Amino acid sequence: MSIKISGVGKRFGDFVALSDIDLDIPSGQLTALLGPSGGGKSTLLRIIAGLELSDAGTVEIEGTDATDLPAQKRNVGFVFQHYAAFRHMSVAANVGFGLKIRKRPKKEIAGKVDELLSLVHLSQFADRLPSQLSGGQRQRMALARALAIEPTVLLLDEPFGALDAKVRKELRAWLRRLHDEMHVTTVFVTHDQEEALEVADQIVVINNGRIEQVGTPDELYDRPSSEFVMSFLGPITMLDGRLVRPHDIEVVAVPFPDARAGRISRSSRVGFEVRLEVNLIDTPQAPPVLVTLTRAEATAKRLDQGAAVWIKPVEADWSCHGR
Amino acid sequence: MAEVLTEPPVTARAAVTGKVITVRSHSGFRWVPRLVVITYLFFLVIWPVALVAKATFSRGLAPVIEALQQPDVLFAFQLTLSIAFWAVLINTVFGVIISILLTRYTFPGRRALSAMIDVPLSVSPIVVGLALLLVYSGRTGWLGGVLESAGLQIVYAPPGMIMATAFVSLPLVIRELVPVLNEIGTDQEQAARSLGASAMQSFLRITLPAIKWALLYGVVLSLARSLGEFGAVKIVSGGVAMRTQTATLLVEERYQQFGLDNTITAYTAAFVLALIAVIALVVVTSLRPKEEYR
Repeated sequence: MSIKISGVGKRFGDFVALSDIDLDIPSGQLTALLGPSGGGKSTLLRIIAGLELSDAGTVEIEGTDATDLPAQKRNVGFVFQHYAAFRHMSVAANVGFGLKIRKRPKKEIAGKVDELLSLVHLSQFADRLPSQLSGGQRQRMALARALAIEPTVLLLDEPFGALDAKVRKELRAWLRRLHDEMHVTTVFVTHDQEEALEVADQIVVINNGRIEQVGTPDELYDRPSSEFVMSFLGPITMLDGRLVRPHDIEVVAVPFPDARAGRISRSSRVGFEVRLEVNLIDTPQAPPVLVTLTRAEATAKRLDQGAAVWIKPVEADWSCHGR
Repeated sequence: MAEVLTEPPVTARAAVTGKVITVRSHSGFRWVPRLVVITYLFFLVIWPVALVAKATFSRGLAPVIEALQQPDVLFAFQLTLSIAFWAVLINTVFGVIISILLTRYTFPGRRALSAMIDVPLSVSPIVVGLALLLVYSGRTGWLGGVLESAGLQIVYAPPGMIMATAFVSLPLVIRELVPVLNEIGTDQEQAARSLGASAMQSFLRITLPAIKWALLYGVVLSLARSLGEFGAVKIVSGGVAMRTQTATLLVEERYQQFGLDNTITAYTAAFVLALIAVIALVVVTSLRPKEEYR
């Protein structure tokens, strides 16, 4: 186990940020700490980095007890949401900072900086100031700076949170490829479930200062242990008193066995996807059931607004039965 | 109104068309506040200071040069500069420490400390002088007697004058630094720490470069204030010529004496004091980059 967290707790005044966290983060993997804002995931990451001290519990990094080790002695690479670029230093000086502090020879620093800048595709910007870079470029610089010290673990705190949607998607795909090349144990915090599902080997869902569930993206998506995990990882709707994913509902314009009759009260198209709201005939007061399907399917089945339909969950054992 | 009188004729002719009238009223609206500010500054600052210069050179350059060669004038300026130097040095060191304490740490009484920093700005310097007397005076002060018997004279000597000056100009460095420290935040410092920098390395390589212009500006303000300090220094110095008389005290003394020579000496010293302060401010303002990189 690369990072072993046992019994960690943290309070800010009356607010309990983390309570009694036990977590093992395996070596060489890309782990996501996923959860809503204020759930404690960033606090946990900062405790691992030594930027925050826990009130209770221990943190072990690669077999050594790091609980009382100050940040500068943990050899941890940390990437901040808002880049934390050293504004008065060139891009190259930013990346070389950790090595300069370690008093490495100038030649070695220059070589390492060149290598990392080409890794993050910033070689031609080496002499610029961070203010002359875009947000995505600044974050790649911050990543190169963190990697320069050859960290035992790489920690990223909402690394793409301040970037626009398109850059964010590009960067997370790039982070995944980078991790596959480098194999450094990486933990990143995100509140974006899509980001976690796409990039991570393992996801830790954190809410209200507690760990809700730990597992691979498939395990969490298909076998959520609680309503919270199910609702946080993707869209949900209520059918037959159960939570179901809207794309796991079969919808046909003719009656079929065990299906419930309803009427499409609303239909909206978002790109390739069609989202239907279906009011059931026998429970007209209940909120409508959400159903999503591809546009081709909706067109083929003539599922227009106002049409009568019959619906049924496709894979009953995939749904969540509550706590 | 003045701006109507100075209106160029081209605009006046073009004002017949409706479009230009809106432009004119708009530009008139913009000029009113500027005019008010300039008038205000003129009567409050520019004119009186200019008159000091005029009074200084009313008999030409010769009496000014003669005044500057008087030994007690030279002594007063040397004393003023050395007191200002020590006061600014003390304020710079403590100003940086207190600013970092206020912005980077939470501790009980932080707000009280922050409010206390402003006391020297709100309390009259003469009160500061009296307060220092109560503590450090050799005869009546409750600490002064002890120090004096140990051979250290505070009041009526340079140490007390440095303390009074430092006290009065303490907030200037801190009030420049605190907003900048708050604005740059702690991310860069934390990044430096995670990259292996010690607290001192992080301060020297990350924090100090980020606050250097604010610090320099604070130092210059503090220097200007220290050169001109009068009230507190008057109380604790005694104002003995060639011993504890600073330039401001000399100005007062000479101004109250009879004779044109004395008056010109007073104005000359006042003019030089103002000149040093203005030059320092102008140099720093012109050196400071217009837009700080971020």
